[in-house]
Amino acid sequence: MYKNKRTMELKKVEVWDGNLANSHALRQASVDVVAAYPITPSTGTVEGYANHHANGYVDGEFVMVESEHAAMSGCIGASAAGARAATATSSQGLALMIETLYQASGMRMPIVLCMINRALAAPLNVNGDHSDMYLANQSGWISMDACTPEESYDLVLCAFRIAEHKSVRLPVIVNQDGFLTSHKAQNVRPLSDEQAYNFVGDYQEVNSLLNFDKPVTHGVQTESDWHFEHKAKQHNAMMGSVKIIEEVFEEYAKLSGRKYNLIESYLVEDADVVLVCLGTTYQTAQMAADKLRAEGKKVGVVLPRVFRPTQLDTFAKLLKNAKAVVCMDRSAPGGQTGLIYNDVAAALFNTSARPLLSNVIYGLGGRDINIENLKGIFNHALEEVANGKLDGSIQRFVGVRGPELKYYNVEA
Amino acid sequence: MSCSTNGGCLPQGNKEIKNLKAFSTAAERFEGAHVLCPGCAHSIIVREVLNATNDNMVIGSSTGCLEVCTAIYPHTSWDSSWIHIGFENGSTAIAGAEAANKALRSKGRIDPNTPEPKFVAFGGDGSTYDIGFQWISGCFERGHNMMYVCLDNEVYANTGGQRSSSTPIGANATTSPAGSHSYGEKKHKKDMMQIMAAHGSPYVAQIAPNKWKDMVKKIQKGFAAEGPVYINAMSACTTEWKFLEHQTIEVSDLATDSLVFPLYEIIDGRELNITYRPKNIVPVRDYLGAQGRFKHLFKPENEHVITEWQKRVDKDWDYLQRREEARV
Repeated sequence: MYKNKRTMELKKVEVWDGNLANSHALRQASVDVVAAYPITPSTGTVEGYANHHANGYVDGEFVMVESEHAAMSGCIGASAAGARAATATSSQGLALMIETLYQASGMRMPIVLCMINRALAAPLNVNGDHSDMYLANQSGWISMDACTPEESYDLVLCAFRIAEHKSVRLPVIVNQDGFLTSHKAQNVRPLSDEQAYNFVGDYQEVNSLLNFDKPVTHGVQTESDWHFEHKAKQHNAMMGSVKIIEEVFEEYAKLSGRKYNLIESYLVEDADVVLVCLGTTYQTAQMAADKLRAEGKKVGVVLPRVFRPTQLDTFAKLLKNAKAVVCMDRSAPGGQTGLIYNDVAAALFNTSARPLLSNVIYGLGGRDINIENLKGIFNHALEEVANGKLDGSIQRFVGVRGPELKYYNVEA
Repeated sequence: MSCSTNGGCLPQGNKEIKNLKAFSTAAERFEGAHVLCPGCAHSIIVREVLNATNDNMVIGSSTGCLEVCTAIYPHTSWDSSWIHIGFENGSTAIAGAEAANKALRSKGRIDPNTPEPKFVAFGGDGSTYDIGFQWISGCFERGHNMMYVCLDNEVYANTGGQRSSSTPIGANATTSPAGSHSYGEKKHKKDMMQIMAAHGSPYVAQIAPNKWKDMVKKIQKGFAAEGPVYINAMSACTTEWKFLEHQTIEVSDLATDSLVFPLYEIIDGRELNITYRPKNIVPVRDYLGAQGRFKHLFKPENEHVITEWQKRVDKDWDYLQRREEARV
């Protein structure tokens, strides 16, 4: 096992924001090449790593490039050369990077991307929503979601294990909410440097450009004769990653005492109304659920910890008893229902479960969503359950100024 | 740069190729089995670059003729480490590999005592002058130890002949077509040599396949330099310049002898050396007359473009000579 030349002594509990937590996970994983470009709110991950590098805690190369596109391009080049590679970005940076996300996954480069979720312009906005996470939706990256700095730290360490697994060899995004997680210092219980690195393990090279005994050609042309087979194998690896993700989560639980699941859930077993959401909303919704439970209302919450590959069967299992499922999408839907709604609808359609299925668009550009708001959303769904039908439409916007916005009408 | 201007300092890995016959049989790492057009100058230049060293190489190509013609799954023409990512990021792919090499040596995963490989990125003029310009600039500013070779055929040849910012004035390209109201491309070619020299690159040189001894010398000097090296390689394109496939070297001779494509180098961003002085300078119109892409310039209403071009070439040659003389 490799050991960084300089070890950092960490306290049992550190107070880190999400960015700093990411930077420590990258440091402990002893990444070989970080090629990065700063963008709010993920800048802190890069700055944190730069500090570790400047103080001798990082033995690898830290390459500050001239754009996010170049950041991922550099990571791909490094990864093809047999290096563990990682970067961080948000929003417009992800948008600029998007071409290379497809190239990274298509070339089967196990790169880790720390994504701090932020709205996409226009209008320009630096605050958190999930439109960047959704933009990477079909890019062929495994996508996991953290609600706290500690979760992001844990998931970044797990991400290397998952990405680099021989049967996976796919890149992984670890998401966290811009500002709400990235800039809020919270308690993190880190592993020691040694524990963390031993968990991640030495990087296992596959077809390295620097192995001159076996020259390889990376990034070939395939037309109608072979392209389909390549993409099919890529999808197959993605679908097969679920088993590996579970194994890695299991192993990490033994090490840290913190167990992650493909889909996290809270009080869903007997819930009449289940709310499905991403990011910090999951935590707020749990608090709202507690309050409603105290009033005798049966509500629960679900978080797709692993957003991609989509967990249809786990969704179906968790939601089979619900009378209503509210799918919360924090991204401008652009003339359609949100991705969470689509995922849940797809999960349930081939089962006998027929809960009332609604889509709430909320929190765009960092618009606050609090316990009261979420109680309101639960109560609205409980009323729908009592009435035995949706309140006139599938999709509605919550927390936006002006007249009520409702779309996709259903028969009253 | 550690090299003297007369090229006395070749690194250990350099290959000695004494004559053209040795050159033609020396290619080991780039196979003839590719689908570049017959008469394409790309392969001549690529073989030259690969032949210039015995060291291990990591080669990158941007999307373009070279890439699509040499790596069609399940085949490859490269008996060498090779990577392609996209159109604009070929330089950064190689920069990433170069950074990986440093990291793995620092960590001992690669024995630091083994010889350093060469890192070379190839791109067409579309990748270089246009879409990949920012990426190249970034790589050069950061000082990666790599060579960037622009295979400059002055047009988006891979996609059927659209103009790039390397397309010279008067050329008939599909997106700057000559017609009853146009003489074709309206802008002069971008001066990449000066731009790359201004990055402070230790070595910047212009080469042409017809002057192969000059070419090999410059590539070897480039390999000997520490830091990012830029090579602008004129690559005559039989398909888009419209000449017969056996005329590649002939047309290239006209380009260098008319001084439309002068051969020179710039060391450390300052010291300029002209490396080829034609004994008999041929008129620009002879170079233009040899190619179908300039055919329309010989109509009376377009003759002024040829006259202006000749004036510009004379002025540029004068500038290069004065720069060389000034030694600044």
